[in-house]
Amino acid sequence: MDGDSVLFSLRLSFQVALGATTLVVLVGTPLAYLLAMRQFRGKDLLDILLTLPLVLPPTVTGYYLIVLFGRKGAIGALVYQVTGFSIMFTWYAAVLASFVVALPLMIKASRAAIEAVDKNLINASYTLSHGALETAVRVILPLARRGIIAGAVLSFARALGEFGATLMVAGNIPGRTDTMPIAIYSKVSSGDWSTAHLMVIIFTVLSGLVLYTSNKLGKRIF
Amino acid sequence: MSSRGFSGLVTLVLLLASFGIAQAQSKTEILVSAAISTKNAFEDIGRLYETTNRNAKVSFNFGASGDLARQIEGGAPVDVFVSASVTEMDDLDSKGLVLRETRVNFARNRPVLVVPAQSVLRIASFVDLQKPEVKKIAMGNPKTVPAGRYAEEVLRHYGVMDSLRERLVFAENVRQVLDYVARGEVDAGVVYVTDAMTRPKEVNVVAMAPEGSHKPILYPIAVIKGTKQESAARGLVSLVMSQEGRKILEHYGFEPVQGK
Repeated sequence: MDGDSVLFSLRLSFQVALGATTLVVLVGTPLAYLLAMRQFRGKDLLDILLTLPLVLPPTVTGYYLIVLFGRKGAIGALVYQVTGFSIMFTWYAAVLASFVVALPLMIKASRAAIEAVDKNLINASYTLSHGALETAVRVILPLARRGIIAGAVLSFARALGEFGATLMVAGNIPGRTDTMPIAIYSKVSSGDWSTAHLMVIIFTVLSGLVLYTSNKLGKRIF
Repeated sequence: MSSRGFSGLVTLVLLLASFGIAQAQSKTEILVSAAISTKNAFEDIGRLYETTNRNAKVSFNFGASGDLARQIEGGAPVDVFVSASVTEMDDLDSKGLVLRETRVNFARNRPVLVVPAQSVLRIASFVDLQKPEVKKIAMGNPKTVPAGRYAEEVLRHYGVMDSLRERLVFAENVRQVLDYVARGEVDAGVVYVTDAMTRPKEVNVVAMAPEGSHKPILYPIAVIKGTKQESAARGLVSLVMSQEGRKILEHYGFEPVQGK
């Protein structure tokens, strides 16, 4: 076995999970706030749409992503015409897949936390002439931070282990898009059990360590 | 999250992103989407291609043939498709996505009966599966797994399918069958000969399904229409069909075939 390819997959996995988690936090927090605090038409539909990746088999989610973002896809074709860039078979596609699959976890966790914020405190903020945005940023989100952090950690964990949807849109290209889960699948499929075992152990230990430290850090800082 | 912590995170992500972009390449590169069951053989063929064509690089995308076909339909930048089933290739062919004149069946595979290496049961043929001491037999689910469909054909050919029904354990892919056998969870299993060869220490092949006991299991290869590397892609297909290519395929248990 070669250590370089294992190292590559390991770095790629963390790179993808970190990228996806950043997107998930940036997009998921406002969405969770919207779903928790506002009433609007089509809210139930949006909720269902955002939760679907949690229910659908990952390969189905991956198939949808190809249909949408492939070079011949609804969005992908447009991007390709304008920029000449196609996301398929790049590591950005892995970020996209992990993002879509992890987003529901972020939204569920932070939405519950936002809904649990004491209404009296929110009303107090309004009576002190704070606007909706200021109240959200200075009162609601800080009070809901534990749920938001929990959502981010869950999303990171889910993104790190993402396999099915990633395999569909990013492919399994050794040295380019093979994250740890995909590389392990590949090694097992080709009968290279010794490398697979080693990768499984390294990945399990490292993932456990990262989750442990992120939990600790989350509790200490926030 | 504090704003400093946040901007730090963004910087880190951007930094990592730049690593990804920095990998430029100057060589002619062809991307081959290949059925995962052909991985070992095609990695060898790819290396051979690179040694004879110094300025070429062969990259692979390995997966289930069905998934690979969906990717190609979705516009994935693939140059050559190697399928483990004629059905998937027919599908792409009918949609006009492959260069038809480059399409060729390059190998065939065979179902074999395997038992755990430490097995004490005397199983030497498909008919022996009827012995009362054989309690569990693994095979792919015939409804969803191609290997399971072939296994059923073989068992029907020997007229034992119905009497064995109670003992059959269906798996959702052929490697799962192999794993059940290797771990001794079942007394026997039906897999492809190429699968059995990946774990020679853990499973023993006791019988090979003869020609005529099942529909031929053919592996087609074709150049994808619209490839920017058509001559290099054609070169790879020729290499697969060449004497050296056949030797590599045989080494991994495939039976090379010639012709359409």
